Amino acid sequence: MKGGLVWAVAARDLRAEARARVTTNQVLPFAGLVMVTFALALDREEVLQRTAGGLVWLATTFSLFVLVQRAFAIETADRALDALRVAGVDLGRVYLGKSIALMVQLFVLECVLVPVAVVLYRVRVDAPGAVLLVTTMICATTGLALVGTLYGGLTVGGAGRETLLPLLVLPVVAPVLIAATRATESALRSGGAAVSEGWAWVGLLAVFAAAFGIAGTLAFGALVDE
Amino acid sequence: MLRVVDFRDVVATLDGWPALAGLTCVVERGEIVHVVGPNGAGKSTFLRACAGLVPVRAGSAEVLGVDLVRDRTGARARIGLLSHANGLYADLTAREHVAFWVRTAGAPGADVDAALHAMDLRGALADRRVGRMSAGERRRTALAVLLARRAELWLLDEPHAGLDAASRDALDATLRRARDAGATVVFASHEAERATVVATRTLRIAGGVAA
Repeated sequence: MKGGLVWAVAARDLRAEARARVTTNQVLPFAGLVMVTFALALDREEVLQRTAGGLVWLATTFSLFVLVQRAFAIETADRALDALRVAGVDLGRVYLGKSIALMVQLFVLECVLVPVAVVLYRVRVDAPGAVLLVTTMICATTGLALVGTLYGGLTVGGAGRETLLPLLVLPVVAPVLIAATRATESALRSGGAAVSEGWAWVGLLAVFAAAFGIAGTLAFGALVDE
Repeated sequence: MLRVVDFRDVVATLDGWPALAGLTCVVERGEIVHVVGPNGAGKSTFLRACAGLVPVRAGSAEVLGVDLVRDRTGARARIGLLSHANGLYADLTAREHVAFWVRTAGAPGADVDAALHAMDLRGALADRRVGRMSAGERRRTALAVLLARRAELWLLDEPHAGLDAASRDALDATLRRARDAGATVVFASHEAERATVVATRTLRIAGGVAA
């Protein structure tokens, strides 16, 4: 039942999202617009090819804020999170469940953003690069989702949480942004980077995700209960 | 008789204000206690303190044998609290809510359909998203969740609010069935006439103390 709680929460969040369609109707167009705006602003093919990796992860990070706000808006609208607290449900497992749901949404988003980057910024991905790219996406998405969910719980119910969330999260996810950008540049061979250079960054992403997974599971209950 | 709630000179503060100012009361297993008092008397704070949501600053407080001063969360899994909010997700149906709670915090063998039927959530209504329900239907969904969890202590804040006459009768019958099954019910309500139909005892609170 304990593992069941994690999957039950993840399935519940994904079902609610599938019906509300915030990701497809709002977040995806928003992220697409960010990508197009970058293309218009930079307006030079060699610059876009060099920065494509970073632009994908910036668009993903901006979208993370919208998705986290939404993930906790459904918890606070009718005090559903309070109901879980009062029922003595293990909030550490709620944290993992919500993180998995957020991870899935972010990954779907990235699966659209990467082809958009390929078309818009005219970058190429070969087979070894694709393996590195997909691994980077999985590890970076896990880290972003775990941090986003933890800080979403920290700011839940607080005044000005819409502005507070990016202020708190951006400094914390900076290592993820940097590592994911470097690994993606290697996967896309931006600026002559080799694919082999990217795997060390993937290792850093995995360590970051593991550390936040453990810390978040332990801390989330106490943060939400106060 | 086993004491389910045992408060002695309990003081609990909200934003520095003593919402409970030395409350002493006992609720025994199998009782259906109607908590009455004017607005701001401390009724809701009493219910939230029983659930361990409001810390006890002074006095002694035991709920289901758990000392709330030492362990505020220890009894929560055995308690069902329904406050003014219903704790529901707008994009999920009533059936999905009950199924979710049975899976995450329900008693072994809890029956989703039985809980839905007890609150008259049948057919298409059980499969309607909560966000498209009336206030009364949402309240009944929240009560169905509580029923499916098979809590030992039910704490209800204005449970009759928003319900039509038929739903109120169904709620009263549900409370009696819960009591017969071994649960204890404490509810706050301004509707004295309705409450006296189902309550076995009345607890008056005024100014944060038992009147």
